[in-house]
Order: sequence, then structure tokens, then C-alpha cells
Amino acid sequence: MKKKKSAADKIFVVCNTIFMVFFVVITLYPVLNTLAISLNDGIDTIRGGVHLWPRKFTLKNYHTVFQKQNLLTGAYISVLRTIVGTFLSLALNAILAFIISRKKFLFKSQLSLFWVITMYVNGGLIPTFMVYNGLGLTNSFWVYVIPGMISAFNMLVLRTYMQGIPDSLEESAQLDGAGYTVIFLKIISPLCKPVYATIALFVAVYQWNSWFDSMLYNRMSTKLTTLQYELMKLLSSVMQQSGSAEAAKNAAAAVTPASVRAAATIVTMLPIICLYPFLQRYFVTGLTIGGVKE
Amino acid sequence: MARIGVKEKEKKITWKEVKRQKVLLIWSAAIVVYGFIFYYLPLGGWITAFQNYKPKDGLLHSKFVGLDKFKFLFSDSTFLKVVRNTVAMGVINLVVTFVMAIVFAILLNEVKNTFGKKTVQTISYLPHFLSWIIVTGILHDVLSGTGIINEMLVKLSIVDQPINFFAHTTYFWPIVAFANVWKETGWNAIIYLSAITAIDPSLYEAASMDGAGRWAKIKHITLPGIRPTIMILLLMNVGNVLNAGFEIQYLLGNGLVKSVSETIDIYVLKWGISQNDFSLGTAAGIFKSLVSIILIVIANQLAKRAGEERLF
Repeated sequence: MKKKKSAADKIFVVCNTIFMVFFVVITLYPVLNTLAISLNDGIDTIRGGVHLWPRKFTLKNYHTVFQKQNLLTGAYISVLRTIVGTFLSLALNAILAFIISRKKFLFKSQLSLFWVITMYVNGGLIPTFMVYNGLGLTNSFWVYVIPGMISAFNMLVLRTYMQGIPDSLEESAQLDGAGYTVIFLKIISPLCKPVYATIALFVAVYQWNSWFDSMLYNRMSTKLTTLQYELMKLLSSVMQQSGSAEAAKNAAAAVTPASVRAAATIVTMLPIICLYPFLQRYFVTGLTIGGVKE
Repeated sequence: MARIGVKEKEKKITWKEVKRQKVLLIWSAAIVVYGFIFYYLPLGGWITAFQNYKPKDGLLHSKFVGLDKFKFLFSDSTFLKVVRNTVAMGVINLVVTFVMAIVFAILLNEVKNTFGKKTVQTISYLPHFLSWIIVTGILHDVLSGTGIINEMLVKLSIVDQPINFFAHTTYFWPIVAFANVWKETGWNAIIYLSAITAIDPSLYEAASMDGAGRWAKIKHITLPGIRPTIMILLLMNVGNVLNAGFEIQYLLGNGLVKSVSETIDIYVLKWGISQNDFSLGTAAGIFKSLVSIILIVIANQLAKRAGEERLF
């Protein structure tokens, strides 16, 4: 067919392109600005006018960040909770989804209902706090990974995917004498790799970004707080112009709380920025299964 | 959503079947025990809302006070203000993020250059992966006295003095709405984009034959095509309206804007954890849960009446 472009069409294309460029600028500018500030001399930044490029280049801000013991401990805890939490959560959700997606399972609908209810009803902050406290999970690393291992939403995404795997695979394995454990580990799981990657990504991002549980349950144990929580403390100290002792120390090093915070922000988002473009296709699949198919 | 309760062929529980499914049953029993402890046991804590709960007396020996805590809540002007803030920000955020995601998805779909399209989309997801801590930190930089917004406002002579955005109650809700749009537009658009891809291309071709322009095609083909997706997502989000109010408000709020920034969740945190009034905190939490459930049921009924897809 011959392409015939009307004037209105051309105007649309131009406006749309402008909109997209505008969108990209709005999205990227704040991030790049923080990067520039983190690489710029702290005192110089106060003068204003630092946009996308550092004016007085320095690595002092990063140097200060890597000397802060609480940030280093926070990073260690954050990495640990992300690895352990993602593994446990994925394993448990996958097992549950496997059970629920077995057609012959005796309590299939009851077990689904039990978990779907948790999507809509929960005890709320205070009762949950009381239970965790009663179980001895406060002031402990395990509070990050043990509660909330199962997410009904993630489980349903996994279940939907597993339901799409032909039954004949399971049946022929059973004829060969394979039990459910073998079917789960050797037949279903290898086929579920893409959706496992999706769920692992969701959980890992959630774990890496968590700070509230750290504040609520572990604020007394400085060795157990997460990087995000330490970053938050840094942010509020900037807003309140921080204690004088800290300020004096910073002045000696020619850094300001604002520029140190910018450096810490960049360090915190670095793992995510490096990883997410490669994982794109996985989360697109996951969201589509979870949202549209249901 | 999950089609639970759909009766399948009646399964008979026989010993043979139980034995065959032994592994499945053991695992599901273990998972149910776990779920009971971490997801259902906290619901038992709702009792404290009807008590004058003292940790030293415990759940069993604290004094029962009936609905006193709820009566106090609804006579507390702070609580009423907090409810207003939660509802207002919840609704504003829901509407703007929804509209923006749909508009963005439709416009991005119109971009014909594959490379450009891919690049814009990849960039658009980025903010979703950043924590609210990082986002609020970035906001502080952008909106500070030396930040780009103030710089532009001063240069364009719209204002003489940089505005202190975080010190005025007027700016708080718009800032929260903008932050939500910034963070989630690209992410929320994913589902719409995949729904658009699923629309039969022959419809567009036929429309072109009839001389339909871009707008006509968007209006008569794309929008109706993603309507079911829009409806189902709207339903899922309506129940969450009251849940959308904690992190950013907590992180951006300060003494000066307290009257517009505090939400139900912050109120619960303040009374429950800082003031140690577990009963009042729980009561406020219960109120929130009940309203959420009612909202979901209402939205579901409305969808049913309109002949749309439903959640359950």
C-alpha cells in the first residue's frame, strides 16, 4: 500500500517525538544530576548551577562514603538479605505453585483460597509487630527473610505458568516411576526458568530496596540495619543540617552532607542500574502473565 | 483473578491417593503452618483494638473496653485529617498515574522507530527499581534552593526568590503525585503496551482503508482494545487506594507540612510504636483494612453491573 502522509500525521509525529524526548529528559535528568553532584566538590555545589557535569571534579565524596562503617555494614546486610531472601522466597513460592498446579492434588482449591485471602486481608502494622516480637524475630537478621516469604501474587504468576506446561510430561515421568519431588526438580523447574527469573527479580528488588522493616525491627542493632535505612538516616541528617561534630568533620574533609548523600545514593542504585536492562525481557513476561492472563 | 471455588470433578480422598500424594501433602501442611503463623496469627491481634492493651498484662488480661478506641479515633481531629489526607492523596495518585500510564503506552506505541521505542521504554522502567529513599533524595536535590526547578523559575522571572517547596502545605500533594508519576509511569505502561500488541492488526489496516487518521484509530481501536485491561487494573488498584500512603509521605513529611502529609499508616506508626498505644494503632489499622475491603467489593459489584471483568 502506498504511504500517504497527511499534514496532521506529520504534526502528530513531531509532537510525539518531542513528548518522548521530554519524557526521557524528565526521567534521566534527576539521576544524572545526582551523579554530577556526587562527583563535584561539596563546597562548590552549594553555589548552585551543577547540572549534568561536575564543575570541580573530586572523588572525595565517594571516599567519605566508603569510610563510613555504617554504610559498609549496611551494604553487607543488604547483599545478604537480597541473596538469602530471594532464594528462600523463590523456592517456597515455586513449591507452593507446583502443588497448587497439580490437577490431582486433593486440597487444591482450599490451599489456593488460603493464600488468595492473604492478598486482601492482613493484620496490620501493630499486630504484626507483636507477633514478630513474640517469635523473637526483632533485633535479628531473620526478620528480613522469614516473614513474607510467600507472596500470593508471585505464587499465582508461577502457578499460571506451570499450568501451561503439558500434563503429558508429568504423566510419562510418573510411568517411569518418578515421584513428585523428581517431577518438580527435574521436569517442571527447568521449564520454568524464565518465570523463575522474573519472580527472583521482583523479590530481589524488593529486598534490596527495603528499609522500613530495618527501621521498625532492627533500629537498635546497628550491625543489622540495611543500606537503604542508613541512606535514609543520611538524608534526614542533611535535612536537619546534622550535628555539629559531624559538620566539623565534614568541613575538614571538604565534603558536605548533601554531596556525601548524593554519592551514597549513586552507590545504592548502581547494582540496579547495571542489572535491570539485561533482565527486561523477564519482567515484561512476568507482568504480562500476572496481570493479563488472570 | 484466580478462579477459586470452581468445583471440579469431585475428588475422592482415598488412602491410595493420600499415599501417592504424600510429598505434596507434607509440603502443603508445612506451608499452611507457616502461613498461619505469619499471615493469619496477626489477625488475632485485632482483639487489642477492643482492649486497653498493656504489654505486661498481655492479650488475655488486658481490660476490655469495647468500642472506646474507635470512638476516640472518630472524635480525634488529627485522625480525621489523616483520613482526609490518605483518601485525597490515594485518589489523586491513582488518577494521575493511571492516566499517564495509558497515555504513555498509547503514544509510545505510535513511535515507529524500533530502536527509539526500545530505548525510551528501557529508560522509562528505571525509576520503578529505585527505592523511595533514593527517589525522595533525588527530589530534594531537584527541588532545593539551588536545584533546577528553582533555577528555571528564577531565570524565567516567574518568582524572585527560590521557593522552599518542602515548607508549604500547598505543594505537598502535587509533589507526591508527581513523584508517583515519575516512578511508575513506565512500569505501569508495560501491561498496556502488551495489551495493545495483542490487538488484531487487521483492524488498523481496515480503518486505514476507510481513511481513519491516527486519532480516530486510537479512539476507536486502541482504547476499546485495552479497555478490559484498564478495567481489571483499576479494580485491583481501587482496593489499594488507602495503602498507597506511607513511604513517600513519611520520608518527605516534616513539621511544617504535617497537616497535609500525615496518612493513616503514619498515624498508626506514631501511636502504636512511638506512643506505645497498641490498641489505638490497631484500631486505626482495622479501620483502614475494612474500608479497603469495602472498596474492593463495591468496585467489583460496579464492574459486574457494567458487564466488565471482575476480580472474584
